[in-house]
Order: sequence, then structure tokens, then C-alpha cells
Amino acid sequence: MTWRAQTLALSALAAVVTACGPMSLPPADLVIINGKEPESLDPVIINGQADGRIVSSLFEGLTRHNGAGKPEPGLAERWRISEDGKEYCFYLRQGLHWSDGSPLTAEDILYSWRRVLDPASACEYAGILYCVRRAKAFHRGEIADFGEVGLRVESPLALVVSLNQATPYFLDICAFPTLAVVPQNLIERHGDRWLLQPGVPVSGAYTLDFWRLNDRVRLAKNPVYWDRDNVVSDIVDILPTSHPGAALNLYETGAADIIWDRDLIPTELVRLLRHRPDFHLSDFFGTYFLRINIDQTPFQDPRVRRALALSIHRQRIVEKITGAGERIARHLVPPGVPGYESPDGLAYDPAAAKKLLEDAGFPDGKGFPPVDYLFNSSKLNEQIAVEIQSMWRENLGVKTNLRQLEWKAYLQDQRELRYGVSRSSWLGDYLDPQTFLEVFASHNGNNRTGWKHAAYDALLAQANSAITAQARMQRFQQAEEILVEREVPIIPLYFYTTMECYASNRIIGIQSNLRAEHPIRLIGRAFSGIEE
Amino acid sequence: MNFFLRRLLGIFPLLLIVSLLAFVLVRLAPGGPFDRERELASPEAERLLREKYLLDAPLWKQYLNYLTQLFQGDFGNSLKHRNHSVRDAIAQGLPVSLWLGGLAFVFSVCWGVPLGCLSATAKHKGTRLFADAASMLAICIPALVVGPILIMIFAVKLRWLPVALLDLPAHFLLPVVTLGIYYSGHVARLAHQGIQSTLQSEFIVAARAKGLQETTILIRHVLPIGLLPVVSYSGPLLADLLTGSFVVENLFQIPGIGVFLIQSSLSRDYPMIVGLAMVYAFLLIFLNLLVDISYRRIDPRIRQN
Repeated sequence: MTWRAQTLALSALAAVVTACGPMSLPPADLVIINGKEPESLDPVIINGQADGRIVSSLFEGLTRHNGAGKPEPGLAERWRISEDGKEYCFYLRQGLHWSDGSPLTAEDILYSWRRVLDPASACEYAGILYCVRRAKAFHRGEIADFGEVGLRVESPLALVVSLNQATPYFLDICAFPTLAVVPQNLIERHGDRWLLQPGVPVSGAYTLDFWRLNDRVRLAKNPVYWDRDNVVSDIVDILPTSHPGAALNLYETGAADIIWDRDLIPTELVRLLRHRPDFHLSDFFGTYFLRINIDQTPFQDPRVRRALALSIHRQRIVEKITGAGERIARHLVPPGVPGYESPDGLAYDPAAAKKLLEDAGFPDGKGFPPVDYLFNSSKLNEQIAVEIQSMWRENLGVKTNLRQLEWKAYLQDQRELRYGVSRSSWLGDYLDPQTFLEVFASHNGNNRTGWKHAAYDALLAQANSAITAQARMQRFQQAEEILVEREVPIIPLYFYTTMECYASNRIIGIQSNLRAEHPIRLIGRAFSGIEE
Repeated sequence: MNFFLRRLLGIFPLLLIVSLLAFVLVRLAPGGPFDRERELASPEAERLLREKYLLDAPLWKQYLNYLTQLFQGDFGNSLKHRNHSVRDAIAQGLPVSLWLGGLAFVFSVCWGVPLGCLSATAKHKGTRLFADAASMLAICIPALVVGPILIMIFAVKLRWLPVALLDLPAHFLLPVVTLGIYYSGHVARLAHQGIQSTLQSEFIVAARAKGLQETTILIRHVLPIGLLPVVSYSGPLLADLLTGSFVVENLFQIPGIGVFLIQSSLSRDYPMIVGLAMVYAFLLIFLNLLVDISYRRIDPRIRQN
């Protein structure tokens, strides 16, 4: 190759690289640090709250969440509920349009929900629609005719939903991002790549201006959204940041307005930040707990499991390690569900724990095999594991071997019951005990403890067919009592809190609520364009 | 030309071997791409998902299918970012990493070579000590430490430079220095050793005896030979820099491919890992080829052989 040819080749390469270089963007009206890069913005693929917040801004459902996290009319203007609570008729707003101007009808909702239930979509949250008649059978491939499922389009503006039983949280479910309405034509034409097409028609408050992996998702106000007058910010940047240092630096220098991913605020900084006025802590609808492998000896004995639970000093964990104002958990369902009171659970009582272990044939822990404590790699999990290791040694004389694995390996071992005790967590999808308690039903794939209990399953079934709300909650309470007091296949440790950084005097539209539902359409800078 | 073509053609079998190794090794890691904390509610859905991405087929069949796709220019779909193909991710991230890496390379050479020259040729002991200390410091302090210090001083305290993101050319400055400073130390050490050993050669003594000026001797006779170790180091160095850095990209929120390398391994995103391994291998092989060509240009002894 001659010098000239080489120079030409290098120049061409330089030109290509230059053309692909960074370009300055018009500034956004609001910049939010949202956590990790979204896996998808497709309602049927998303699997976390961070992704869900963006999806809810792009695609709306029959209902939507208000600032307090409560469902309110979305695409449906009103609804009629049958007397037995088993049938909902939703009436859509007149003149609804996709962002490309085409009309949005009840058929679009039917298509979107059918897509959630289609096994080929492999939707992680499809189970949320199992309350709809025959939806479970369709999703599990037991019936092929979607016509049997309890969904019916009555007119272009009316959709009738038939449920298996009265489901008090159904309107809340309708606001869940998975059930948002998506454009059929585009999806059928482009398959998995539909979200990368220019001008994706949306049903929500924002259109997708662009989505660059590991850079940002830019949202622009949807000019034909039915409630466009109440959308506060015109352009919103969502930054996918997984490095706490980068997130805090962006926030501290004013390049970002909000951080609302708790993983981006390291535990060691919480004690420093929690006294600042722009640091907001509030209760969250999630629980940190331990699973116990019932298939492993000697955990088959409930006395052993109760002894392990009774010997954990939870207050020490939340004060010494987590430090973000977490409440200790002696039951699984976090407080705050209207009309529901959890049982007391097992309090810290080392003497009773010792006695139970002695009764089970292990006086002072003698003869007790070392506990295989599995957790996924994280500093917090490690600190908690070490603390529990020392509590069990001091209070019961039980030796614990800690085993730390990276996320996927940890999940595999947990699923295949290759552990003695495993660190776990669960976040509720809707404000009802069901979202937590169904996890430990015998048939549930998320159970992962090997624990099967007929009375527990029966109570859950009875709760769902109970006639009054009070009776329903009573059954749930009895079921939870079995779970956390008598059988103890799990040991709840503490309830999560949310940690958010934003200056209340500069950012409007964020209300703290149990599920940290913060619709982006309501959030904006208090004094747009005015620098402090 | 023959040499160049021969070497260029040799890239393909090497890439094939890399793809096979990456394809097999990544599947030995425990867990799979669709393992999640929340199980799919329907076993049928799980089966269809695996079928869609051909994960239920025997390994050899999966690999053959992958190769067929590859020959059509398709690296497959990402299993983590299911709306994106691997080609989308590489097309978005690679130019950014090339930019960042290219500038960091220029920085490390422009800073490292003069530092090496200074440490090898300075008459004053203090200057030599300063140059040696600067290059050793650059090698010893990792990007993980340099980056936050630079951010703290120039972005957070002084507010001269942006703290992260990549919107304007000014955003490049801190990441380029953070990424390049470590390599500049290596370049300085290599330049120092090369120049020092060249300075002791007989032909330099002869040049001095002929009465040539020291600057002329250094530029015309010492540097072309003394910098050969730097040239040979440039291939792997460039490949390292151009394929992105997880630490720097993460620290400065830069959307390059370095972040993907780590993320895709953790999430068992098989097609992404294999695709990125091939990009990395291609860059490494191709840049080494360029190094060999420049060797022939710089060193007349190699050309004659």
C-alpha cells in the first residue's frame, strides 16, 4: 500500500469517526437519573420500576397513577363495576388519538392485553392479568382461543372485562405499565425492533424523541395527549447511570435534577446525606428477607426455622448497617396496605430460640451442620450476612458459612435450591397483600424454598373468593401468620425505604408514596429558565 | 502489498477461532440470559422464549446458525436489550469508544514520548528525577483513583469542565486524560529505555564524532530507533484504548462499548459478548498489522530483510 493510499484510508476513517462524534443537544427541561439502562421500553418486556416509569410516560393504560400513587382515569374516562365486582366496563375518552394522529380505540386495548397474555411474548408480569377469566389458561397454553378470555370489545369506546372473582385492586392493576396500550401496526411490522423506528406512535404524555443505549432516553411532550395541558416539562432526559459517583457528581453540579434510584446512593453516604433538605427518605413497598431451604436437613423442622428467626436482632441491622431509616420487618407484607394488618411475627428472643433449638435436638448448637448462607455480591448484603453469622453463633452456637455469588449464579443456585439460607427481596406490584403472599403458594415459581403448605394455599384461595373485604383481609392475615410465625420458611428482616435526591424548592410534582410512583408528566422545575 | 494482503486474509480464520471460543466459553458460566428474580408465570412462555432465540438447540447447531447470521453481517439480537440488535449496540457505542480511545492514545503518546525523552536525555539530575517520578506515578495510580480526583478538582470544585456525559467536545477532556495517563506512563518508560540504549550505540558515537548537533542526533538518529518499542506497544495499546474502558465510561457516563463488555458478561447476553469479543479481536489483529507495517517504514533493517 502506498503512502497516498494509506493517507486516504486514514482520512476516510477519521471522517467516519468525526461524523459519528458527539453533537450538542438542546437542553432538557428536566433531567432525571433513573438507575440502570432500561432493558426495554416495551411494556411486555420491562422488568423493573425504573423501566416502568419511562414506559408509563410513553404508553398509558385504562387508568394511570396520580402523584400519590393512586389509580385515576387514564385512557378510560369512567367505568361501571357490576354488583358482584366481577365485571368492569371501561368507557374510553372521546377523540383519543395516537401521537401520529390515528384514532385509539378499545380494539387497541384488547390487542395490547392479548399481547401480554400471549405466551410468545414471554411477559414477566403476565401473571398480573390472571384475575381475568380464563387468562391464566390462555397464557399457559391450555386454551388457544382468545375469545374464551374474559375480555370483550363492546363498542369502539367500550371494553368489558370479566374477572374470576371480585378483585379490589383491579383498577390499580390497570395502571400498571405492562398493561399500557401499544401500537399494533408498528409492532406487527417491525417485531422486536418496533421501538427503534422513527416516530413511534404513543398513547401517553410523552413521545420517544430518541433512545441511545447507555447515554439517555429523551422524551418530548406528546402534542395530542388528552391531558397535555397538565404535562409540566416539555423535554425530559432520563439518564441511565449505574455508577453512584457519576450520579452524585451530575446531581451536585446541577447537570441532573433528580436521583431516584436507591442503588445509586451508597450506604456509607446515607448517614451524611440524610440530614440534607434535598435528601428524601420514605417507606417503600418492599421487604428484605431470608429464604430457608426446607428440603435441606435440619431445616425441615419448623422449630429450627423459628429458632433462626428468633435469634436475629433486626434493630441492630437497620441501625448499624442499612442506616436509611428502614423499619424492622417481622412479617412479609409491608405496612400501609389499606384495611390490612399483618400478624406480629417473631420478635428477637434469644432465650426462646435456644430452647427451640434444644428441643429440636441441638443443645447449644451441638451437632448442627454449618448453615450455607447464600447471597448476591453487594457490600450491603455482605455486611448483613456477617452480622447474622455472628448473631447465630452467639445466640445459638450455630456455625454459618457465607457464600457470595454474582447475580446470575446466585439466581441459579436459589432456583435449584442449592443453599441453606438465602438472602432475598420482594417488591409489591400493587397495594394488596396478595402481591407478597402469593409468592409462597405451593405452585408459585417464585417460592424457591421447597415449602408447600395446603392450609396456606387454601387460605389464599378463600381470600380471593371472600365476599367482604374484611373477610378477605382476615384470610390473608391468617395465611401470613402461618408464613411468619408458625412455619417460617422465610425470615423477614426489614422493609425498604426509598432514597431520592431533589430540591423541593426547585422541583415540583413529586409526592412521596409507598410505591414511589412518580409520574414524570407531573414533574418539572419550579422556575423554568431562571438560574438561581 | 503482498505482505499486507496475506496478513489481512489471515484475520478471518483468527476471527473464526475467537468467535468459537467466545461462543463456547460464555456458555460455561452458571445461569442463563433469562434467569431473573421473578420467574415467568408460564412454562410455555419460557419454552417459547428459549425457542425464539434458539437456546434450546444443541450447541453446535446454535453456533452454525450464528455463523450463518454472521456471514450476512448480522451479530444477532441482544438478549438483555431485546429491542436492540448487537449491531445496533456496537454501531452506537463503537464510534464513541473510538473517539475516546483515539484521543487518549494521542494524549498518552504526546505526553509519554517527551517525558521519556526528558528522562533519558536531560543533563540536570532534578529534571530527570521529575520525569521519572511523573511516569512512575502515572503507571501506579489507576484510572479509578485519577478520575474521581480530576472530577473533584476541575468539575466539582472549580467548575471549569463538565462532570460527565458526552454532549460537547469539552466533555472529552477529563475522560481522555483519565484514560490516557496510565498508558502515557508506560509509553514514557518504553521511550526512556529505547532512547537510552540507542544513545549508547556505536553509530551515535560516530555521529557525535562527525560533529553533528545533539538535537539533530536525537531527532534524526536516536528517535527513529529508540521509539521502536513504543511503536510495537502501540498496537495492543490502541486496541485496548479503542475498545473502551469500563471504568472510565462508567465514571463519566460515556456511552461506549466498554460498559457493554462487562454488562453483557454479567447478564449472560451471549450474542453481545461474542460480538464484542470479535470486534476487540479484529481491532487487536488489525492494529498489530498496522504496527508491523509502520515498523517496516521506520526501521530500514526490517525493510531490507
